[in-house]
Amino acid sequence: MNEILETLPGTTTQSLQSDEPKPEAKTRDEFDVEIDGTVGQPFVDNPKMSSRNCDVFYAEKQAIFDVNVDIGRNEIIAMIGPSGCGKSTYLRVLNRMNDTIPICRTTGTHTLDGEDIYAKDQDPVLLRARVGMVFQKPNPFPKSIYDNVAYGPRLHGLTSNRSELDDLVEASLTKAGLFKEVKDDLQKPGTGLSGGQQQRLCIARAIAVDPEVILMDEPTSALDPIATAIIEELMDDLKESYTIAIVTHSMQQAARVSQRTAYFHLGRLVEVNDTDKVFTNPEHQLTENYITGRFG
Amino acid sequence: MKDSTKIIKAGLNKRYAREKRFKFFGLCSIILSFAFLLILLSTIVGRGLPAFQQTYMKLDVTLDEETLGVTSNSSSKELFSAKYDKVIRNTLYDMFPNVSDRKEKRALRNIVSNSAAYDLRDKVIANPELLGTTQSYWFLAKDDVDVYMKGNIDRNLPESDRRIKDFQLVWIDRLIAEDRLEKRFNTVLFNAADSREPEQAGMRGAIMGSFLTMLVTLLLSFPVAVAAAAYLEEFAPQNNRWVDLIEVNINNLAAVPSIVFGLLGLAVFINFFGVPRSTPLIGGLVLSLMTLPTIIIASRAAIKAVPPSIKEAAIGMGASPVQTLFQHTLPLAMPGILTGTIIGMAQALGETAPLLMIGMVAFVAEVPGGIFDPATVMPVQIYLWSDSPERAFTERTSAAIMVLLAFLIVMNLIAIILRKKFERRW
Ligand SMILES: Nc1ncnc2c1ncn2[C@@H]1O[C@H](COP(=O)(O)OP(=O)(O)OP(=O)(O)O)[C@@H](O)[C@H]1O
Ligand SMILES: [Mg+2]
Repeated sequence: MNEILETLPGTTTQSLQSDEPKPEAKTRDEFDVEIDGTVGQPFVDNPKMSSRNCDVFYAEKQAIFDVNVDIGRNEIIAMIGPSGCGKSTYLRVLNRMNDTIPICRTTGTHTLDGEDIYAKDQDPVLLRARVGMVFQKPNPFPKSIYDNVAYGPRLHGLTSNRSELDDLVEASLTKAGLFKEVKDDLQKPGTGLSGGQQQRLCIARAIAVDPEVILMDEPTSALDPIATAIIEELMDDLKESYTIAIVTHSMQQAARVSQRTAYFHLGRLVEVNDTDKVFTNPEHQLTENYITGRFG
Repeated sequence: MKDSTKIIKAGLNKRYAREKRFKFFGLCSIILSFAFLLILLSTIVGRGLPAFQQTYMKLDVTLDEETLGVTSNSSSKELFSAKYDKVIRNTLYDMFPNVSDRKEKRALRNIVSNSAAYDLRDKVIANPELLGTTQSYWFLAKDDVDVYMKGNIDRNLPESDRRIKDFQLVWIDRLIAEDRLEKRFNTVLFNAADSREPEQAGMRGAIMGSFLTMLVTLLLSFPVAVAAAAYLEEFAPQNNRWVDLIEVNINNLAAVPSIVFGLLGLAVFINFFGVPRSTPLIGGLVLSLMTLPTIIIASRAAIKAVPPSIKEAAIGMGASPVQTLFQHTLPLAMPGILTGTIIGMAQALGETAPLLMIGMVAFVAEVPGGIFDPATVMPVQIYLWSDSPERAFTERTSAAIMVLLAFLIVMNLIAIILRKKFERRW
């Protein structure tokens, strides 16, 4: 019996565990770089949105530390960084989605066209119509394709009659590059589309209320490369009329679509620079470690 | 072959044996529960089925103006109080002229239900031209005759052990021979309210009472429970001591014995607020208390199961929390909420104990017309009938149980249909 047991996989792991520790420790100090403010060019002239001294807390735990950054007009800014570094949290600061999490507290000054979006008299409902959001997982409503796109315009009373609404739905779907595929199925459930189509439907839904800024939180992470390529192309078209902030885990995607890239690390904004510069000649050691794949 | 493969192979038989054993036990328990269900149902159906028929007796009544004490120009008020019972009595005496003993004469009068006189009255008032003519009508036979006709009295028993004596058997035999006794579908059961006379007792009062009580219960508990569930799930501050306390108490309420709600209803609604007792209103109030926790718990589970991504999408589009609730969360949670509601309502429909406390156990001979009329409900009616000594009430008890079961099945069907309907919206 014993001999047999020794050959079982469970028992062999013991010898593995006694192996030498991985060489990880030896390069550790390389990552222990002091983060002291943000390097690069976090600020631009005449920004669309900007944040100053932004801290975010989940109950006692601080998730974002003193972030200062501007988002320029009609630019695509990519936010990259290791998992859990606070990219989503920061993105959600920009349309006050964090307000829906009771334990979440945001400080600092945040403006949209110079207007304080956290001011007492600022209505989050209006803000979210101006700053739309596309989520990581496609989340169409369990309604028809038409009703999904028409949801925002109806909610905010943007159209006065049915034919105006029809036109708006068609225009939004066209902008999102989905109209050709679904024009005969507008009354079919949006949840019946493929993942990539669903995500484009969500983009159509977001742009139907004609927002000024679109926040995208890993919009292609649930999609295959072809669907991803379609959405990346779409973003390029959209930046003509919108400002886009996109969180992504794919550095290639960041390099392909964005003009500027922001690198987050452990809740701090380490570096913001032109995308070309970030990927070819990063200023900060941590950024370099991350984009060369030595970390994260 | 590798050693580990050998070991696994050796253990396989044991594993399969265990699997077989488990399947066998599972099958056994299913068969057992089905057997019990079958026994239960067959007993009830076997006992209750005869109650759907009732014995009627044909009498040739002469609507003699003199006997009735009215004329063709009498007012309808006079027609109403005319002596129809005397007409019936005379008809019977004429049919059996040999009966002279006072006791036997009384027995002869009681061979037909005393509702015969009222039937006759209604017929004459509807059509006064009948006065002076002779008509053949079918009247309800007395319950003892009905029991005998259904074969539940053995004529071979000694006379002293029978409800029907020898001299009555002679009449019945003659009536049968003349085709004057007949079993027909029992419309009384569904058209009449309760009565002391088994052959005149029906369930309409109880059915209406149950319906009105359920209506009050539904209208009170559904909106309150859904609002409470939605508030607790979506709006209440989390990790708040008071909210936790309320949650614990709601869960506890679901486990409180129902009779306690009856006592509460008596003390608070009747004695303090002066709600009239024995009415569907008070019944509905008390049963609402009972169904609230059930619906709240089911609704909270249903609301919790709505994918947060949908709510996020709505909030992200600029919907307010209340709009999100009504446009997305509640519609998506509706199948679960409805299931919980129907379970709660079915529970309430079968509930007796709390209603005994608030006077719904009273004998009510009228069909309630509204929520302020005295009423009883189906399970209480079953309880009342099962408590009556007459043989005819036993079969009515089982029939009433069948009707109650039918209502429960219909409610479950509605639940399924509603669920399907809402689910079809993807
Ligand atoms: N709802 C929440 N409640 C408590 N803590 C949270 C919540 N959401 C995020 N956090 C914490 O905040 C920190 C930042 O999270 P965030 O989701 O912003 O990271 P991220 O950069 O988007 O990561 P990923 O790339 O994995 O999406 C994490 O440590 C996380 O644990
Ligand atoms: Mg994230």
